[in-house]
Amino acid sequence: MYQTDMYEGLIAETITTTGANGDSINAYLARPLGKGPFPAMVLAHHMPGWDQWYRETTFKFAHHGYITISPNLYFRSGHGTPEDVAAKVRADGGISDDQAVGDLAGAMKYVRELPSSNGKVGVFGTCSGGRHAYLAACRAPGFNAIVDCWGGRVVMAPDQLNANFPVSPLDYTKDLPCPILGLFGNDDGNPTPDMVNQHEAELKKYGKVYQFHRYDSAGHGFFYYQGAAYRQAQAVDGWQKTFAFLEKYLA
Amino acid sequence: MCTMIAEKVKVDGSAKGASGWFNVAQANVSYDHPFNAPFEHALNIDFVSESQGLGARVAVELSEQAARELVKTILAVLDQAEREKVL
Repeated sequence: MYQTDMYEGLIAETITTTGANGDSINAYLARPLGKGPFPAMVLAHHMPGWDQWYRETTFKFAHHGYITISPNLYFRSGHGTPEDVAAKVRADGGISDDQAVGDLAGAMKYVRELPSSNGKVGVFGTCSGGRHAYLAACRAPGFNAIVDCWGGRVVMAPDQLNANFPVSPLDYTKDLPCPILGLFGNDDGNPTPDMVNQHEAELKKYGKVYQFHRYDSAGHGFFYYQGAAYRQAQAVDGWQKTFAFLEKYLA
Repeated sequence: MCTMIAEKVKVDGSAKGASGWFNVAQANVSYDHPFNAPFEHALNIDFVSESQGLGARVAVELSEQAARELVKTILAVLDQAEREKVL
């Protein structure tokens, strides 16, 4: 725990990393100053894009002692304001699961190879980022923990599958190699409480280590202080649970 | 997310964006997360011209009810114009 006579410093900057198919993409990296060793986090941004909230959250994890990288999963869709880029991705029906997993795997490799890394890397995501984080944890070997915040469409019906989303993430559950923390709002329309129950049942079926927390009076995106979805008490508790979970499995 | 429910339609006209008027070539219609409207999901319409860059975009984010009323109103106005033989 921080004491007022401690030294504290960090650096945050845009960097270039290697993503899916060996593509160069940009990413936001924030890391504590000092030799470490520090655990690391990969952040999978949400459908509204590689936006201010994700930059701030990258910084927040670094402030808590994690080397943290947030790759721009929409890099290939062009450049503009985060909203304009995300609007194009939304109109295109999203990005492919393979591309997202490849980008997140590349980010994992980048932070793990930094000299100050302790070798442990977690992945965090909200909204579509929660879904991408889950896919990456299941499919890209090497993650040591995952935090899935209200990831939608982890449970998918057959008629929702297509070339971009060929497999329901739920079907990869047997391959999940690490503990998972899930945070969900009971008023969420996607994932619904029933979908969260299905996800939990699948984790239980395969004997996975998991913690699922469901919040009343909260819907989708209850961490997002800038919008109507924000729920102060639930967000504070969710962040406390997030950092307690990561300290247990990554420190 | 995210519903991924989105359709594109070619259109012809003009829209006034942050940098002034531009020729609209396409409208992107989705029922998914809005950026600003206080709903989990909204009927989003982006009037765009991708050849002029991603910033050539005029966005509206409507509640389901508002979107249905808008559709009915557009059709009613077009019907009236047709009756008055200005179409």
